[in-house]
Amino acid sequence: MDNLGTIGTTEEQIELMDVATNFCRDKSPIDKVRKLIDDELGYDPGIWKEIGELGWLAIAIPEAHDGVGLSMAEVVPIAEQMGRNLMSTPFGSTTLAAQALLAGGSEAQQAEWLPKIAAGAVATMALREANGDWDLANIDCSATESGGTVTLSGKKQLVLWADSAELIIASVKMDGAVRFALIERSQLGDGALRRETVIDETARSYEVTLDGVTVPADALFDASRTRETLEKIELAAGLIHAAEMTGGAQAVIDYTLEYLKTRKQFGKIIGSYQALKHPTVNNYVEYEKARTHLYSAAHSWGEQGRGEVAVRMAAAQSHSSYATAADRAIQFHGGFGFTHDCDAQLHRRKAILAGALIGDAAYQRSKLASLLFD
Amino acid sequence: MADKPSSAELKDYAEQADAWFKENTVRDPGFMLPLTFMEVSTDQQYDFLRDWQRKVYEAGYLGASWPKEYGGGGLHSDYQRAATRAMKKYDAPIMINAIGNGWAGPLILDLGTEEQKQKYIKPMLSAEDIWCQGFSEPENGSDLGNAQLKAVKDGDEYVLNGSKIWTSLGDRAKYMILLARTDFDAPNKYAGLSFFLNPMDIDGITTSRIKKLTGEYGFVQTFFTDARISADCLFGGEGNGWSMAMKTLEYERGAKVKPVGGYFVKELDVMEIVELAKNSVRNGKPLLDDPVMRDKMTQYMIDIQALNLNNTRRRMPQLMQDRPMGLPLMNKLARTELIRELTEFSLAFQGTKAGYYVGDENAVDDGYWHRSYLNSFSATIGGGTSEIQRNIVAEHALGLPKTR
Repeated sequence: MDNLGTIGTTEEQIELMDVATNFCRDKSPIDKVRKLIDDELGYDPGIWKEIGELGWLAIAIPEAHDGVGLSMAEVVPIAEQMGRNLMSTPFGSTTLAAQALLAGGSEAQQAEWLPKIAAGAVATMALREANGDWDLANIDCSATESGGTVTLSGKKQLVLWADSAELIIASVKMDGAVRFALIERSQLGDGALRRETVIDETARSYEVTLDGVTVPADALFDASRTRETLEKIELAAGLIHAAEMTGGAQAVIDYTLEYLKTRKQFGKIIGSYQALKHPTVNNYVEYEKARTHLYSAAHSWGEQGRGEVAVRMAAAQSHSSYATAADRAIQFHGGFGFTHDCDAQLHRRKAILAGALIGDAAYQRSKLASLLFD
Repeated sequence: MADKPSSAELKDYAEQADAWFKENTVRDPGFMLPLTFMEVSTDQQYDFLRDWQRKVYEAGYLGASWPKEYGGGGLHSDYQRAATRAMKKYDAPIMINAIGNGWAGPLILDLGTEEQKQKYIKPMLSAEDIWCQGFSEPENGSDLGNAQLKAVKDGDEYVLNGSKIWTSLGDRAKYMILLARTDFDAPNKYAGLSFFLNPMDIDGITTSRIKKLTGEYGFVQTFFTDARISADCLFGGEGNGWSMAMKTLEYERGAKVKPVGGYFVKELDVMEIVELAKNSVRNGKPLLDDPVMRDKMTQYMIDIQALNLNNTRRRMPQLMQDRPMGLPLMNKLARTELIRELTEFSLAFQGTKAGYYVGDENAVDDGYWHRSYLNSFSATIGGGTSEIQRNIVAEHALGLPKTR
């Protein structure tokens, strides 16, 4: 088996880790996270601006398009710290859209959009549909071309941050093949967006109705790039969410530890009871495994074969460890754990949405099995 | 300190080592070879492994970076690492003298007198003197600090009474590193302990073999009845036994004293399990077509890969900032439990053949997997049970309060 990932770091990655650790902790205290739950936009535009100014949206964009010219490896520590601090912004969806453009966009499409994204424009992907399938190619939304104009139809679901997005990249079927259409926010009609109620209250998600939307024919990715675009989207999304979930797992374990170290019952600090202590250690071990896989996936990013194995291992392990650690966090907080005020639920819900977006741990393993055994 | 070799020098040495192990490694002597130093059961196995260690040592591939004046090779540790890599490459048998080379040797090299170094180091490298460990007692397994074996000073001798258990090679060893109680009135249980380099071939020490759950031997219980040893056997001073015992554990991580090299335990090769799975049949189809088995095997691959990469990550301080002791402390727990689960899982592949055991011609791989599974408990129980390990991780890495 020579397609297993390796682990290593870059100097830039470590520098970004230090900066992001402080930035996300300082800018996203829990009371602010909770305030934003009731905010329509769902994030702080001031912070978004700062993220743009820090150059974080430009990290994995080539220098030729006003980017920094690094890779997804350097995006990982940022997404990890965002997940750790429940900092909700369109960072992940925008980064993913940029990766899709890099994989499938023409020179002109890249030249138009990548500099805008690098400078702070919000972008997102519209991939999911009513069938609930994680297979990105199993879609029904369609496109027909006539006289240089492409007319779209169908509904896209779980489109994150669509109301803020200047650009939405939607997957559609044209002549039986999967294609990607670049849709500018202004091309959507009134009422095209319906805010969805998603389980993670810190996220914003929309259903996008494409019926009647028209875009010029040159707003499609070339058909010859579909396969690599699908692969890139799947892996980049897997890596970004794995990073967020790994950070989240760390946070929810720390949060639980704080409670176990302070709460007393029967005259004892409850963290001294092995019934709570031992499963917490098990969750911690699983988290450390997730973090190891995450930095292996970052390090192996872009390597043929290894890259995919490493990302799927990271996605599988981070999803299972985040879900379990948050599940146990609710239980170990007792009555308080059952309340909305306990932060454990924020993490448990976030893990569910992340799994829904990219495919849960079992799905990742089923994909991995083929890579490992067939 | 020995000089770091140039890459040309190292390459040259590595090639020689490679050629030597290629030529001299015997993987199948016609009887089953122990996978760990804790499983040496028959005279045949014992003699073979002792000869093998002597041969490796004489060729210069064991103790290559230990000091020359005491029998080592005096080379930079890069050389020993290259030799160990060659051993692994040819899947060479284990080094038998684990307690000597892995525990007692580093302790003596670090803190022993000149006389002790001259006396003990070379014969332990050549496997002339086999060492065993006397820490656990029948009534004090996990609670090692509560050891009760009595050592009473009488003139220039100590008189020993009590019993030690789980002594690997205890019936064959020449010396034992022994944890005994010299002070029953000490302010705490640890302060009353002392550490001895104890000779085994004296009056008053008897052993009785313990039959393991596998049906094999390898461990003994050792009984001390008015056994008299010279006061010179005391190591590290009276009352310092606990810190000496803890030090032996530190050397395992290679701090302070260069590792002797080789290995005392054969690592499970995961690829062999994947091969076994691929060659197994369920409902007339390859086993790995079965979605349940496939998913489980994939999860284990994720686990194994994480633990392997953890070994590299441990040496990357940038990725160890939050809880520097987390990975080192969890390693034993995670690894030994995974091996137990994996070897158990390997039995599930075998269908009807899971019913056979070592000795039957129908057994898969001569019963290797069954034996590995049953033996895997030696690592989840010995050296601090998994339950104790969870307490250690909880208290020392996560800062949870002690369990009382």
